Amino acid sequence: MGIDDIITKNISGWMVGDAPCSDIVISSRIRLARNIEGFPFPVALTEDKAQEVLDSVRGAVSKITTDSEEYSFIKMTEVSPLERFVLVEKHLISPQHAEDPTGKGIAINQDQVMSVMVNEEDHLRIQCILPGLNFDEAWTKASATDDALENSLDIAFGEKIGYLTACPTNVGTGLRASAMLHLPALVMTNQINKVLGVLPQLGLAVRGMYGEGSEAYGNLFQISNQVTLGKTEDDILANLSAVTKQIVEKENEARKALLSQATEQLEDRVWRAIGILKNARLITGQEALALLSNVRIGLDLGILKHIPSELFNELLVITSPAHLQYFTGHEMLPIERDKVRAETIRSRLG
Amino acid sequence: MYCDECKKRPATVYVTKLIDGQKYEGHLCAQCASKNQNLGANFHPSFAIPNFLAALFNLNSEVEQAIVDEQQNLVCNNCGLSFDKVTELGRLGCSECYSQFNDKLDPLLRRIHGSSRHLGKVPLRRGGSIRLRKQVDSLRLKMQQLISTEEFEEAAKVRDEIRYLEQELGG
Repeated sequence: MGIDDIITKNISGWMVGDAPCSDIVISSRIRLARNIEGFPFPVALTEDKAQEVLDSVRGAVSKITTDSEEYSFIKMTEVSPLERFVLVEKHLISPQHAEDPTGKGIAINQDQVMSVMVNEEDHLRIQCILPGLNFDEAWTKASATDDALENSLDIAFGEKIGYLTACPTNVGTGLRASAMLHLPALVMTNQINKVLGVLPQLGLAVRGMYGEGSEAYGNLFQISNQVTLGKTEDDILANLSAVTKQIVEKENEARKALLSQATEQLEDRVWRAIGILKNARLITGQEALALLSNVRIGLDLGILKHIPSELFNELLVITSPAHLQYFTGHEMLPIERDKVRAETIRSRLG
Repeated sequence: MYCDECKKRPATVYVTKLIDGQKYEGHLCAQCASKNQNLGANFHPSFAIPNFLAALFNLNSEVEQAIVDEQQNLVCNNCGLSFDKVTELGRLGCSECYSQFNDKLDPLLRRIHGSSRHLGKVPLRRGGSIRLRKQVDSLRLKMQQLISTEEFEEAAKVRDEIRYLEQELGG
């Protein structure tokens, strides 16, 4: 599977499938930071040494046989800037990884659930991203890949402080887990700040997924653990899962309240959103996100029918700037993108 | 008090907003609050982690500061990065830096994580002896508990297990 196959495959593993709480939890992501002994961390790595790291990881990845998953290994310098940002929009690599490709690489498995960034901030960033609330499985998969890579790579580990990472905020488990949540009802009922405001006290960080947490950006929020040292992986994940479940419960309560106390207003929002999305000729990314969010809550609450809910996740990704330009085959000005975005959405919504 | 946004009407709504885990507070009138969930659209300062780390590195008691001054000139003999540079980048240069700058890092890790002791996963292949040692530690704890509840037979079994593991470690 080459880069073209990875990119043209619209659907990544995290966008589909029946998963627990997938009406509210869009995805669960696990990321493990690891480094190889004997090499300076990427920040202090020469180009030659970076190449050596790439080669040894490529070798280690080719030996992975767990889940009989075949990984594709790509050097970032062999990929165009546009293709790199397509990978960012698919959540397979970080924006930093796309910006400067020198000495960087990526390994991606067949269903695009697992990826390994090479020479990002750390030598290895092992990532597993699954739909819905599913940290257990994501951890099992990420940890298995970690074990498989450790078989042929000497991973930097200290008995006292655990996995050694470039940034001291990741040391210990090297584990950062995050849930992407769609919380329109908590935003509509003005409860969002109250609910999310508690999280820092529970050792969790929160951020708006697209933009900074205002309704205009699709009501998507990401919550993640802050502490990586002094706790077991199980404890970190249990804490995050429990809090996520609480937020899901609050969002469900808010949805029920809206449905019973503001039925017409809610239905109006949903039907207006679908009306605009099906008819608009120009649409900005920000407007599309806001309207898609309204369509999604309409689907979740049964106001709208006959639209598969995966379409929401897919449209989130394929209406992003790099995807639009990649599939059109050339770079576009924002106004052209707005036109193509509107066309893409119209054709998908039929 | 007047509304932070329109500065005309009296503020009746108290708003808190979280950006990247940072809390911002403001006072708005009812109109501005309902019009705008954002607390001032152009108020989105961004904080880079390295800046925070640099600040944390330099937040020390006098005793710690003495160690820092001494270490500021320290250079990691593996990657060649000076402690000054590490502070500036907010990143370490290599895995060796952790032992070289240990005195300075330990308090920093406690500040960030509230702990400086790893309790999680141990590498499968290379962490063999570490895992055995951790296992021995937890078995010792178990033996103590069994002794305190006078379950001597069980405690003896655990003791044998510990001996076996210690032999493995020695060999």
